[in-house]
Amino acid sequence: MSLSSQPQLDTSPDVSDEIRHTTCYMCACRCGINVHMKNGKVKYIEGNKDHPVNKGVLCAKGSAGIMQHYSPARLKAPMKRVGPRGSGQFEEISWEEAMETAVSWLAPLRKEAPEKLAFFTGRDQSQSMTGWWAQAYGTPNYAAHGGFCSVNMAAAGIYTMGGAFWEFGAPDWEHTRLFMIFGVAEDHDSNPIKMGIGRLKERGAKIIGVNPIRSGYNAVADEWVGITPGTDGLFILAIIHELLKAGKVDLDYLVRYTNAPFLVNDDPESKDYGLFLRGRNNKPQVMDRKTGKPVAFDRKGVTPDLVKTHKAKGSTWRPVFQLLAEKYLSEENAAENVAGRCGVSADTIRRIAAELAHVAFEEEITIDQPWTDWKGQKHDKMIGRPVSFHAMRGISAHSNGFQTCRALHMLQILLGSVEVPGGFRFKPTYPKPVEAHPAPHCKVTPGAPLDGPHLGYPRGPEDLCLAEDGSAARIDKAFTWDNPLSAHGMMHMVISNAHAGDPYKIDTLFMYMANMSWNSSMNSAGVMQMLTDRDESGEYVIPRIIYSDAYSSEMVAYADLILPDTTYLERHDCISLLDRPICEADAVADSIRWPVVEPDRDVRCFQSVLIELGARLGLPGMVNEDGSPTYKDYADYIQNHERRPGVGPLAGFRGKDGTGKGRGEPNPNQIQAYIDNGGFWIDHIPPEAAYYKPWNAAYQDWAVERGLYDKPQPYLFQLYVEPLARFQRAARGHGDIQPPEHLRQHILENMEPLPSWRPPFEDTAVDTEEYPFHALTQRPAAMYHSWGSQNAWLRQIHGANPLYVSGEIFARYGFKDGDWAWVTSRHGRIKVPVVRMDALNANTVWTWNAIGKRAGAWALDEKAPEATRGFLLNHLISELLPPKKDGMRWSNSDPVTGQAAWFDLRVKIERADPGNGVSQPHAPTQKSPVGQGPDTIAYGGDLK
Amino acid sequence: MTNLPSATEKKLGLAIDLDTCVGCHACVISCKEWNTSNYGAPLSDVDAYGASPVGTFLNRVHTFEIKADNRPAQTLHFPKSCLHCEDAPCVTVCPTGASYKRTQDGIVLVNEDDCMGCGLCAWACPYGAREMDAEAGIMKKCTLCVDRIYNENIPEEDRVPSCVRTCPAGARHFGDFADPDSNVSRLSAERGGVELMAAQKTRPVNRYLPPRPKADVTGDGQIDIPNPFLEAKNQTAKGFLGWLDKALEKI
Repeated sequence: MSLSSQPQLDTSPDVSDEIRHTTCYMCACRCGINVHMKNGKVKYIEGNKDHPVNKGVLCAKGSAGIMQHYSPARLKAPMKRVGPRGSGQFEEISWEEAMETAVSWLAPLRKEAPEKLAFFTGRDQSQSMTGWWAQAYGTPNYAAHGGFCSVNMAAAGIYTMGGAFWEFGAPDWEHTRLFMIFGVAEDHDSNPIKMGIGRLKERGAKIIGVNPIRSGYNAVADEWVGITPGTDGLFILAIIHELLKAGKVDLDYLVRYTNAPFLVNDDPESKDYGLFLRGRNNKPQVMDRKTGKPVAFDRKGVTPDLVKTHKAKGSTWRPVFQLLAEKYLSEENAAENVAGRCGVSADTIRRIAAELAHVAFEEEITIDQPWTDWKGQKHDKMIGRPVSFHAMRGISAHSNGFQTCRALHMLQILLGSVEVPGGFRFKPTYPKPVEAHPAPHCKVTPGAPLDGPHLGYPRGPEDLCLAEDGSAARIDKAFTWDNPLSAHGMMHMVISNAHAGDPYKIDTLFMYMANMSWNSSMNSAGVMQMLTDRDESGEYVIPRIIYSDAYSSEMVAYADLILPDTTYLERHDCISLLDRPICEADAVADSIRWPVVEPDRDVRCFQSVLIELGARLGLPGMVNEDGSPTYKDYADYIQNHERRPGVGPLAGFRGKDGTGKGRGEPNPNQIQAYIDNGGFWIDHIPPEAAYYKPWNAAYQDWAVERGLYDKPQPYLFQLYVEPLARFQRAARGHGDIQPPEHLRQHILENMEPLPSWRPPFEDTAVDTEEYPFHALTQRPAAMYHSWGSQNAWLRQIHGANPLYVSGEIFARYGFKDGDWAWVTSRHGRIKVPVVRMDALNANTVWTWNAIGKRAGAWALDEKAPEATRGFLLNHLISELLPPKKDGMRWSNSDPVTGQAAWFDLRVKIERADPGNGVSQPHAPTQKSPVGQGPDTIAYGGDLK
Repeated sequence: MTNLPSATEKKLGLAIDLDTCVGCHACVISCKEWNTSNYGAPLSDVDAYGASPVGTFLNRVHTFEIKADNRPAQTLHFPKSCLHCEDAPCVTVCPTGASYKRTQDGIVLVNEDDCMGCGLCAWACPYGAREMDAEAGIMKKCTLCVDRIYNENIPEEDRVPSCVRTCPAGARHFGDFADPDSNVSRLSAERGGVELMAAQKTRPVNRYLPPRPKADVTGDGQIDIPNPFLEAKNQTAKGFLGWLDKALEKI
């Protein structure tokens, strides 16, 4: 071919007929997407450049949304089970039959014993609506999946400083100079963290990754700390020890913005040991340096002391900071004394402490922006400490996770780096202290709603969810003495407890988007057994199961009634301020989904189904006086429901004229206004309100105007968490509400009001010489929720998951490429393929989360690698701790919050005969209710 | 045998930052979804839901470990697509003239009408950057989104390859390497952009920006502060309280 005759290309082809702006749901990140439509089909999905979350970028999952939408695994119609549970044998039924079946089960229960319905929603982004429904129904048994995800991080953050990471806040990416990320592979947030890391790299800021596994973000970190799993708390407290020893803490910040000066009863004989000294109006007291007398902490002009001890009411009272300094200056927290357990050298710990101190205090940044604090004092500039942190599940999902997360929040506060330029910043609706959250409610009245919201933040023993006899009021045993602050519930215990009839038996288990018979449960094989076990009369032990999912997941096979959901491109949704919003540190924002494609089958948006079910059951708020449904569907609810007068699911474009921001009566054209605005609404925080949010008068007033709360609620950070001390007080025998004897010591040890580190429960429950290694999972960036395996494109990236074995273990056991191993825990044994990995803590093995699939699920071939070589680590993890010979069932969870302790797992390993090359255990094939996917795809040939 | 232009007006290509790439595969899938419904035949997936799925991808991310003795190992994510070589062996080997390098911008393309699927070009490419589509029997490769970068139907700011627009970490940069002042030329100069496998003498246009040294691997802590360890002011809790009392006087 001659060069002069090169083909003439059309370099400006039509891309699409129309672009529709909606919100992604390929994971929990909630990015804005532009869906390009051609010939009525989805042609191309890209990030929305105007959107506050992703600003135009999109991850692999988001771009693969086309394959999710056109997946062969989509359910087609409502179904009832016709074979035995677990077999996957179903018959399609009409929606009318499905709804009437559900009503015939749920209506009698509500009349007699609403608690016999357990309604748990998994990866639910509509919890303010599903929770409202469950409250109206009257069952105390409702929660979403936070209990097996990251409740330790969330609860530790709320109790300590009014918020944690991800949806609560983020590093100040534009100003931070040193960023430490703990235990995060792909995790919330998905794209914003990658964008932030990119910004830090551009600016030359340093990134330190603390993670046993050097993947993803840790691969690009400037320094990797390959810590031993479960020891992050020790590591953080050693850094705090070094900082205190050198006096490198922000005293001014601590005095102004934290409870460091609060006086604490230090008299172990006193019934109020551990509680704050309170004066008139019940306000905590501090010592005034000027007068030497205790005064209310918020008295104008007070100069609080952090040193002086006070004698009053026959007891000694000491400032929080004095207790804190004494505790962490103790030699047990010295770098040398923790280095071995952490697998991090003492020099590294000391150097990182020095770097943090250097950047925080020697590289202080200031923004010339005057602001006024809650006491009316004017400040002429904003002073920043440019160190920031991020952590999620890696440090959370341990039985010592709550206190470890507390320690990390405390470190940020001691450095004075929270809500200042360059540090960590809250995203509205946060910051929000415990006082702004409800306490949990559990009072059941047959035929009537529950007495209040299910989930909340207990202030003390009086807020526990206990029956009159002291037993658990909730099926998951959340908010009991076993784990008092289980703010997100304990979904991972529901099936196990319901099967055991502990604390009681239930009738109907109703679940949404939760793959409990597979990757979302500990002890997956055991759970499958529990779901299929029958009692003496031949009935299933868990009598009825209703399940809603859009896809043919493993859990579908275990349900009696299937309510098929739509895909995320076919539905209305709201990412609501009442729920888990998408706000940025500089703005309040919320967003919608809307049907950019109409369903081509007999499926319905689950939330619309729930609203109709509520109307058929006559639930308050869902029926009018004449008995007609209040809401036509979920979209109608989104637009017209008011939680408080003028405050509804969507904050933008409120009022009849659509100009209301946060407040205003319902707008009949609100959803259209969101669509016209690109699928979201955003309102920026004024510059004088941008930092110091908990104490900034301008921010507090702005938040009230926007309806985030109804009156200003400035508060102080809680280095010392008094509600924890209240539980310890009860454990010492004081107060009317008393723990059972067997839990007194447990409460005293675990509910410490200043964070401590304890070894993970599993380390003390098993012989660590017999089980010498740690076993973890990470989420792959390209597929971090379990719905990706039916995705033709994503499964070519992660179609099978080997066990990655550290170079040290690989060599010690003589493994070779292509080998298989038996991996054994105290609970189970799996046979899996192994691969060597050197960028890994020497005593750790790990695999990708939720890649292994059951044969027959997800419309995959039963010979698919997901179902043959793929495997779940879940089989090795029990939902219970080993029996302690006391007859009790001890949950394998954090003792404070009940968070599932996935990452405590200890294992041993040995070489295995590969045999037929199929991982063990191998569950029998379940029949696919949707058939199997096509052989070949060549998508888009008709969309040019 | 197909001729290469002796020079091209522009040298469009990518600068890929290996210091920033977190290996998330966003570029891989965004490339797939754009290109399956745009230039040429769709990118098929054979046995898409079966035991051995084989799909066509124009861009893939490989992950490597790097380990030196007595040093912690590193993980490197390495995205790989056609490098649009100036001396592209895939072009000169093509028996039908289907493979060609555009004179105006240097993009290496396959004219699918003339491709007979012989696969010689894939053999000739030292980078393994071309993939034969199993369904269409046609050779597929990165087009640098030639149907995006000049496309007047999309906003000007979006006229970049799909992989560049989507990259969450901002690790991919698109521009003209013939212009020494372009974003990619400057980045490459500042960061010591690497010509992949230069010994092959294919003169690739794309550049890889190498990872910066890691503090834990170099072993020197990479610390640039005067005193690498904090000076202890207070060895005991009592001493600490004395210090604290004085410090409080100052605030």
